[in-house]
Amino acid sequence: MNQKISGKRKAYIALMRGLMWLAAALCCALVLFLICYVLLKGLPNITWELLSTKPSYLSNTIGILPDILNTLYIVIASLIVVLPLGVGAAVYLTEYAQNKKVVGVIEYAAETLSGIPSIIYGLVGMLFFCQFLNMGTSLLAGALTLVIMNLPTVIRTTQESLKTVPQSYREGAFGLGAGKWHVIRTVVLPGSIDGIITGCILSIGRILGESAALLFTAGFAHALNGFFDGITSAGATLTVALYVYAKEQGEFEVAFAIAAILMILTFLINLAAALVGKHLKRRNGA
Amino acid sequence: MLKQNNKNKVIETVIHIVFLLLGLVAVGFVLLITVYLIISGIPAIRQIGLFDFLFGTKWASTNAEPEFGILPFILTSVYGTAGAILLGVPVGFLTAVYLSKAAPPKVKSIMETAVSLLAGIPSVVYGLVGMMVLVPLIRNVFHVPDGASLLAAIIVLAIMILPSIIKVSITALDAVPAEYEDASLALGATPIETYFRVSVPAAKSGIAAAVVLGVGRAIGEAMAVMMVAGNVANMPSLFQSVRFLTTAVASEMSYSSGLQRQALFSIALVLFLFIMLINAVLNLLLKRGGDQ
Repeated sequence: MNQKISGKRKAYIALMRGLMWLAAALCCALVLFLICYVLLKGLPNITWELLSTKPSYLSNTIGILPDILNTLYIVIASLIVVLPLGVGAAVYLTEYAQNKKVVGVIEYAAETLSGIPSIIYGLVGMLFFCQFLNMGTSLLAGALTLVIMNLPTVIRTTQESLKTVPQSYREGAFGLGAGKWHVIRTVVLPGSIDGIITGCILSIGRILGESAALLFTAGFAHALNGFFDGITSAGATLTVALYVYAKEQGEFEVAFAIAAILMILTFLINLAAALVGKHLKRRNGA
Repeated sequence: MLKQNNKNKVIETVIHIVFLLLGLVAVGFVLLITVYLIISGIPAIRQIGLFDFLFGTKWASTNAEPEFGILPFILTSVYGTAGAILLGVPVGFLTAVYLSKAAPPKVKSIMETAVSLLAGIPSVVYGLVGMMVLVPLIRNVFHVPDGASLLAAIIVLAIMILPSIIKVSITALDAVPAEYEDASLALGATPIETYFRVSVPAAKSGIAAAVVLGVGRAIGEAMAVMMVAGNVANMPSLFQSVRFLTTAVASEMSYSSGLQRQALFSIALVLFLFIMLINAVLNLLLKRGGDQ
């Protein structure tokens, strides 16, 4: 059998197999290098002082507590707005919409939104929220900009999990005389909670990683504020702080410390998303 | 009883309308972005002249007699994206074939986790690593005065588009019907020949979509590029400091005013048109893939 394979074919097979392995090994090496490099450079620089103070010119120290809090505020504010919007849109698309054209237009719009680069969101957010709506450079303006960015993610994940709620549940509830809204509230939405949580987790990941859209909308101040003061004033998130410390101030130790924190958070978020995804799959299989 | 029903009907109708409005929010946002970009982008183009703006080779926005030609940015974005695709697509594509067809299940699941981690790493972290590792490396290897160059940006972009290329290609390759592959194997083709001569052609529109998605990612990336490309408005050349469309907007926005500021909005409009074009191509490819 093997004798029938010509030399040319053998060479082709060996070449393709080699290239395939090379590419996969390269990807592996790249991921390993990135993780190890960032963690090795960053972890030694993470100190309690760095995490628990704000930058002080007097004692010439840098602390990233304000940036951590700002990130948290932006995540909370964005999620509060984007969840009802995204889940509502998904419910409309899967439960209410009968007109195919309307569905097409909304889905096309969501796809378009997910393709727009973040720098353009930053610009439009600056023009619309900061200037037109007079919010100034503030965390709120940044959070609202991120709402637009994350809307497609929440719509998509919710929609996917709404589709997995068995049609017989809805029919059973309708058969018992429940109205449409009642069915959605008590049967459909509770059944798709996994998808909504996945949407949340993915959005948190994107918000943590976003920088270009926040540079002009949320600014880069490092003031220490409570939630309600913080949300109306300018502030840097962790990513923006990393950029400012690395590019403008040359504080690479702090930058690497933030990078290591971001790396760990990214890892945790991926883990959480995978766990929820597994749970969803198991439930659907059962 | 009848009254109760009427009341319920009203409530249902109101809720239906509320959900319709929530659904239309996404459409509203797209319109908002489009309208804002066009309104704020047109004035500068009209003042500078479309031809001078798009094909002017000199950008000197802060001179006494400012010049606003964005050809360097357009070409840099095009070259940078092309370079990233040239480097990233072969690696990503071959990895996807390996993971989808040849890899043992355990390797596949570990690598897929690694790839989604790669996708989740914030772009500023890529920028930071590029700044600290890649830029000095390029300076030492090629003996150039400054490693912050188009080449550094291309490499960083190639790495950043890898996860999307791998993920979308795997999805397309996994969807190839097993019968095709079985038939090819039964005819005497070896597994490797089957992967590349049967599975890949069958998944070609999905793989093409992966490439286009990569183009969109690369052309829209701002922060990582800003940290490694040097940010001088030169015409593109591999070892020179360059400025992309995205970084042109980002680097001057904080201190710009007047016509300069308006010209930045016009650059954003040009970038937006590029992205819209790419999205249209992507949709076409995905639709064709869905029909097959």
